[in-house]
Formats: sequence, structure tokens, C-alpha cells
Amino acid sequence: MPTLTVDGVEVTVPAGATVLQACEAAGREIPRFCYHERLSIAGNCRMCLVEVKPGPPKPQASCALPAADKQEVRTDSAMVKKAREGVMEFLLINHPLDCPICDQGGECDLQDQSIAYGKGHSRYDENKRAVTEKYMGPIVKTVMTRCIQCTRCVRFAEEVAGVEEIGAIGRGENMQITSYLEGAITSELSGNVVALCPVGALTSKPYAFEARPWELNKTPAIDVMDAVGTNIRLDSRGRQVLRALPRINEAVNEEWASDKTRHAVDGLVRRRLDKPYVRRNGRLIEATWGEAFAAIATALEGASGDQVAAIAGDLAEVESIFALKQLLDAYGSTLHECRQDGARFDVSSPAAYRFTPTIAGVEDARAILLVGSNPRWEAPLVNTRIRKAVKAGAKVLAIGPEVDLTYPVEWLGEDLSVLGNLPEAANKTLTDGPHAIVIAGMGALAHEGAYEAARAAAAGLGADFGVLHTAAARVGALDVGFAADGGIDAIRAKASSLKTLFLLGADETDLSAFADTFTVYIGTHGDAGVRVADVILPGATYAEKPGTWVNLEGRVQRADRAVFPPGDAREDWTILRALSDPLGKTLPFDTLAGLQQAIAAAHPHLATEGLADVGDVPDVTAGPAVSGTIVYPITDFYLTNPIARASETMQRCSAELLHGVDYAEAAE
Amino acid sequence: MSDAAPTPDEAEVRARWGCFAWTAENETTAKSMIGRYPPGREHSAIMPLLDLAQRQVGAETQTQGWLPVPVIEYVAKAVNMPYIRAYEVVSFYTMYNMAPVGRYHVQVCGTTPCMLRGSDDVFAACKQRGLAKGRTTPDGLFTLTEVECLGACANAPMVQINDDNYEDLTFDGMSAILETLASGGTPTPGPQNGRQTSCPEGGPTTLKYMAEAQA
Ligand code: SF4
Ligand code: FES
Ligand code: FES
Repeated sequence: MPTLTVDGVEVTVPAGATVLQACEAAGREIPRFCYHERLSIAGNCRMCLVEVKPGPPKPQASCALPAADKQEVRTDSAMVKKAREGVMEFLLINHPLDCPICDQGGECDLQDQSIAYGKGHSRYDENKRAVTEKYMGPIVKTVMTRCIQCTRCVRFAEEVAGVEEIGAIGRGENMQITSYLEGAITSELSGNVVALCPVGALTSKPYAFEARPWELNKTPAIDVMDAVGTNIRLDSRGRQVLRALPRINEAVNEEWASDKTRHAVDGLVRRRLDKPYVRRNGRLIEATWGEAFAAIATALEGASGDQVAAIAGDLAEVESIFALKQLLDAYGSTLHECRQDGARFDVSSPAAYRFTPTIAGVEDARAILLVGSNPRWEAPLVNTRIRKAVKAGAKVLAIGPEVDLTYPVEWLGEDLSVLGNLPEAANKTLTDGPHAIVIAGMGALAHEGAYEAARAAAAGLGADFGVLHTAAARVGALDVGFAADGGIDAIRAKASSLKTLFLLGADETDLSAFADTFTVYIGTHGDAGVRVADVILPGATYAEKPGTWVNLEGRVQRADRAVFPPGDAREDWTILRALSDPLGKTLPFDTLAGLQQAIAAAHPHLATEGLADVGDVPDVTAGPAVSGTIVYPITDFYLTNPIARASETMQRCSAELLHGVDYAEAAE
Repeated sequence: MSDAAPTPDEAEVRARWGCFAWTAENETTAKSMIGRYPPGREHSAIMPLLDLAQRQVGAETQTQGWLPVPVIEYVAKAVNMPYIRAYEVVSFYTMYNMAPVGRYHVQVCGTTPCMLRGSDDVFAACKQRGLAKGRTTPDGLFTLTEVECLGACANAPMVQINDDNYEDLTFDGMSAILETLASGGTPTPGPQNGRQTSCPEGGPTTLKYMAEAQA
């Protein structure tokens, strides 16, 4: 633990810390471009120069210099000021003066730092260099003349995303950053390089020229594209969300977000349901709320018990699911289910289906067994954690079809039967180290008995067990008990005796069994669910309502409303509350706070934000040996939910990155 | 960069070089090159392997050789390296050619010492023979590239043609070299003005009297 002084202030920093980190610990700001705390150290921009004694009588790059005992660091001397001005002047020699037409303007490190540390003028009179744009795919727009060659993007692609497709070619004056042969970057995390780029060289293509950062309203929210619960900030102007950016949460998403999280937001304004509809003579006709409610009341006349059923979709927040469950309870029905994919597992306690090892905890694992899960698509930010573990020496084994997970994986076969008799070598790898994790995905859990078999395998290996959920709503819905005995098949089996089926944004399941059932679709987009719907009630997306989501670890997170729902659309729980009146089953809450209190009373672990203790994992008894081929639940990463399917950006990503449609030329 | 040869069309290059593979002899050489490094450090062999590949392409095309994209990929695969990393190496070092060159790759040094000692005359000699920077002559014999210091400044001005250096050049000396090459001959590499390696021009100047006294 070296102790050193920074501008006369004494600080003690952990061994291995750099001088830059010591300066920060002492409360000094050090300008930087290439240094980023989540990437390796490059030391090539020289913006972080400080004066260090003892040492050579010249400024030194603090980001690459280890802090040592008795060092005297100065960040405020004349030498440092001059050094920073000099570096700044050099950086600006080849940087264009195009801030007025640059999307980074207003949130640009170069702009900010040149004001804070630069000289205000340049002595450079020669021609500036110009670099041609490089195609990098549907997400990343490049203006390479602006690049200051910090190589953050190169390091991110290699170290975090695990796709080595960005590089620096040429040398000296001719050095250029490019993707390999100017192809699209085939990563589901490519949007992060936009955030990392300290200048406007890499900007967001879908958001190009949309807005200036100071015009935007910024709302903290929770992402619903997967079950990770990425903490995001929604930037909106007027009624439209223009972009989604990650907020830092070390326990969840660090500071990353997947491309779907960032760029599906253009789907929030397309294909929206903004009016109630009622089906008359086979056709959906626009209606008033009153007419829609009346139609439902007629259908539900005299209904009781299991004549009413409900399926919750993947994006819903806890509040509306709870309200829907209350409504079903009022009828005495237990036919409610959220596992649209037909997954089966123990739901008796939240501990049974949580991702117990926690997202951050994955990093400490020394061996990981994936059972029927493709984390790269199902939870990209869990995959980056696994990647980190692998870099720290962990071994990954997997049961399921082979896919590229960006790290080496030992594939054990596609059939679940491997679970019951792991090969000797695999057994050894998993039991050798101190900390092993078994991760079961929906690809496995869709098979009867797979949950029990995976739990038994984990117990046998002495490993932690975690369920990798794919839907943002899933854990919250299960936590409020939105599951039926026998799963979704039990509801299908009863289809003919149902008087009404409620679909709360349920679009990801086969609804053909309900073709003749009176179906109420509460949702946001004209997607699969509306095809079978007899009444459509327009709801709000995650950006349009305050609410609670529970991520795959069981972490309770709350979001605010960024914008209002379009047209007549309303927040889902208010729709259910309003509907409960004409049905004669009035729900006992009138405000969101009241609803949240009711939830807290019924499920205390959902009362506060964060990860609540829910007790021990209940025991299960392993059934007979399971077998069956694993099929991953996600076939197209970019189109997993109604919002993403409505998003032009996601459609293009899917077409270009997964289906090989060529856009490169057209984009020129 | 404006002097650089135009980048060849990727589709054509892939069609021509997609099936590149080591010759039997180079296969052995490549193995031994990779074998010089401990397991897990195969990446270290990338530079000699790229050079070997460039030479093989040279032998196949009767030129000094270059590195078409599929060949770079072939080499990268041989050491399990992401393509972009190999591509970075190729683009960084000027000894790897990213576009086809002629039978003789004439690399004239234009850096300060050579320039002061008359590299302009060397370029003039090239120009007179029809060579232009970044271009290959129509007969496919010569490609001219201006390069930075090749480390033979003591014998400036100089030119590197394929694997040989020709030093202490003049307009006439350079013209003669190109003439000899064009007619199929092999000029003698090294200083062209008769001096021995980089010894002082006009004979020894140091320890001269000691040498005389001994004689
Ligand atoms: S493109 Fe941006 S992130 Fe990449 S090297 Fe250039 S300045 Fe850095
Ligand atoms: S931040 Fe230290 S050299 Fe770039
Ligand atoms: S300057 Fe020409 S060889 Fe060094």
C-alpha cells in the first residue's frame, strides 16, 4: 500500500494502483483520453502528464506509471500546465474544427478538455490530414478524420466484446482505425464503442443528427430487452425517446449496454396501439374505452374460477402483473402464467429460480457449466462477466448446440442426457477448483425434469446453481406468484372452457390454441398477440410508465417514466384498475403508491430496491434421467420482443448481421 | 499515401488467391518458424510467416511478391490470430506489400541523408526509365516506391531492390543498374563507386600513417 503525496495531499492507495488513480484518490482531476478504467492501459494519448519526483525531470504519463511509496506528484505545476497545453495542441493539429456538425458536441471529452486544459489557439498552419470513413455496421457511424487514435475502441472490441474486428492499420501519420476490411462489427455490444470514443469519430448511426445532448430530458430507467435489468438513462425530447444509454451499476451492467438495449428505442414509436379496439364480425374496429370494457364485461358475465386465465408477457412490470393477478384472484382463478416459453421449474420460493451466483459473482467462478443457455444472446452482459472469468482462468463447459461465445468452451454435446453422466474429464474440471457454477438456460428448462436434473448435477458437483432467465418480466412475475401448475400448457389445455383470456403483452408464445377463446390483449404493439385478440387495450411500454422490474438475480429495480404513452394508451395497471369497476371486481388501489404498498404487503422482499434475502434454495428431488435435444430459446438476438421487432434499427441489424443482407454499399 | 499503389479489388483477389496454401517446402519452413516459440506464443511467428508467404506469392507470380488478403488470412489462421491483427502487422511494415509489385521492387530512400547526398538524381534516373512512384511499369519489371531511411545512410544515396542494397548512387549508376536488371543481368550489390562497404571514400583516413609505417 504505497503512500505518496499529490499536490501536497498525502494519499495511500492499494498496491498496483497507478499514479492517475492516486491523483483521483487525492481529489485531483486528471485529463485523459486513452485511459479507461475498464480497459487495459495503452498510454498513447499523453494527456495525463504529471510531474513526479523522484523520476526523470520531465512530465510522465500518470495512467501508465505505478504509484510508489514516497512519490511526490504535482498536477498543478507550470510544467504540467505547459505539458497539457502542448499535448492538446498536438491532438488538435489533425482534429477537424467541425464541432457544429458533430454529434459528439456537448458531450465530447476533447471539447471539454480543450476548454479546461488547452491553450485557446493553435500555431499550426499546414494542411490537416483527412481520413476516409470506415464502414462499421448498422450501429456505429464513423467520421475518422476526428479520431485521435486513443485505441479505446480497439481495446474494447478485443477485451470486453471478444470480437477482434477493430484495429489500427498503417503507421504514424497514416495510421487509421478500421474494422477488418471495413466490414460490419459482428458484436451485440458494438454500441459501447460509441460511448467509449472520447471524440466524435465513432457516433451512433441511428441517432445521427437527431438531437443535442442539452435538449434532452434524462430519465433513469430499467432496460427490458433481457433479464439482466441493465440500468439505463432514457434521453427523450417531447414525446419521443431518442436514445438509451447505460447508467453505471457495478453489480449489474458495469457501464455497458447491449445494442438491443441502446437501439431498440426507435421501436417505441412504430406499430403502436394507441386506441382500444373491439373485434366485430371478425374485424378489429376502433372503439372507446367504455365500449371495450363493456365487451369484456359481457364476455366475463357469470365467469368464475378457471374460466378466466391470463398470460403475462416478457416486458411487463411487477405492478401490472400483480394487478392482473388480483383481478384473477377476484374470480378465483389460478390460471395465470408468465413462462411463455413453456419452461418448467420449481417456483415455490424465489430462491429456487433466481440466478443465485449473482451477475458480478460470475467473475469469481473458476469453472462454469452452461446447460442449454447461449448467454451471448440471452444475456450479453452476463456473457461479458463469463468472459472476464475465463480471462482470469476459468474453464467453461457447455451442453447445447455449439455457438461462438467469444471465449473457449468445451462442448459436451447437444443432448440433455449428458447432464446425468458428465464425462470424467468434465467432472474433474468442475470439481477441481474452489468455485463452480451451473447455469441453466431456458433451452434446457423447457424440458420436463431438466430443472431437477440440473439442480442435482450442481449439488453433486458442489456448485452454485443459477437460472439464466431471458425475459425482463419473468422473475418479478414469478415472485408475485404468476405461475400455474403445469405451466402454460395447463392453460392451453383449458382453452375451450375459458370465457376470457387476458394477454398482458404476451407475444412470444404459440396462441393458436386460443383462436376461439375470447381474448383481451393489453399491450403496446401490433404484434403476434393482437392477431387472436377480441379486445385490444392499448398499454404503455417500459419508457412510458414508472414501475418495478426484478432482474434475473432477483434484484428489485425501479424506473421512472420518460415519456407519455401515445394516443389513448394508458399505463397497464390503470387499465386493469379501470376495467375492474365494470366487471364488479373493483381492485383495492387507486394510486401507484397504493398498488406498490399492496405488493410490498403481499411480497415483502419486493418492498425495497436491491437484492433481498429470500432464504435457502428449497430442496428438489431429482426425477428420472432426462434427455432431449437442446434448442436455444432465442433464434434472432435482435428481434426478441415487440419493441425490438418494431425497431427499424433492430430489423436492419438482424438482416445485416445475422442474415447477411449487404447494406455496406448503400450506406456510402 | 497519395503515392501508394491502389488497393486491388477484393473480389478479384479472393478469386485468384482464395486457394493459397504453402508449398511442401514452405510448409516445413513455416512449421519450424512456429516451432521457435513456446506453445501458446505462436503469434510471435507472424512476421517471418508473412515474409515467407510474400516470397511464395513472389515465386508464383515471378515478382517480388505481395500479400493478398486471402494469403494474410491463411497465415493468420496458421498461428490462430484474428485477421485484423495480422492485417495490422502487414499494413505497419513497409516491407510487406499490400498491392502487387513488379519483378523488381525499387525502393529508393528519400530521407534527409540520402536526399542531401543526391537521392533526387536517383529518382530522376528512375523517372527517365519510365518508373513512377507507386506504379509498376507496363512490362511488369519495375515498381518504384519511395521509402524512409533503410539504415544505410553512410552510403547515401541508396536503393533497395528486392533483397539487395545498391549504394553510393549517382544518376548514371542508378541508370546502369536498371539497365542491367532490364536486360536480365544481375548488378553487383553494395557501393557502386568502388569503395569497400562503408569505408571512407577515397581510401582510409584514420590510422593511415600507422599502416604506412608497417608497410
Ligand atoms: S475511433 Fe474513437 S475510440 Fe477509436 S481510436 Fe479513434 S478516438 Fe479512440
Ligand atoms: S491517459 Fe495516459 S497516456 Fe492517455
Ligand atoms: S537516409 Fe537513406 S538510408 Fe538512411
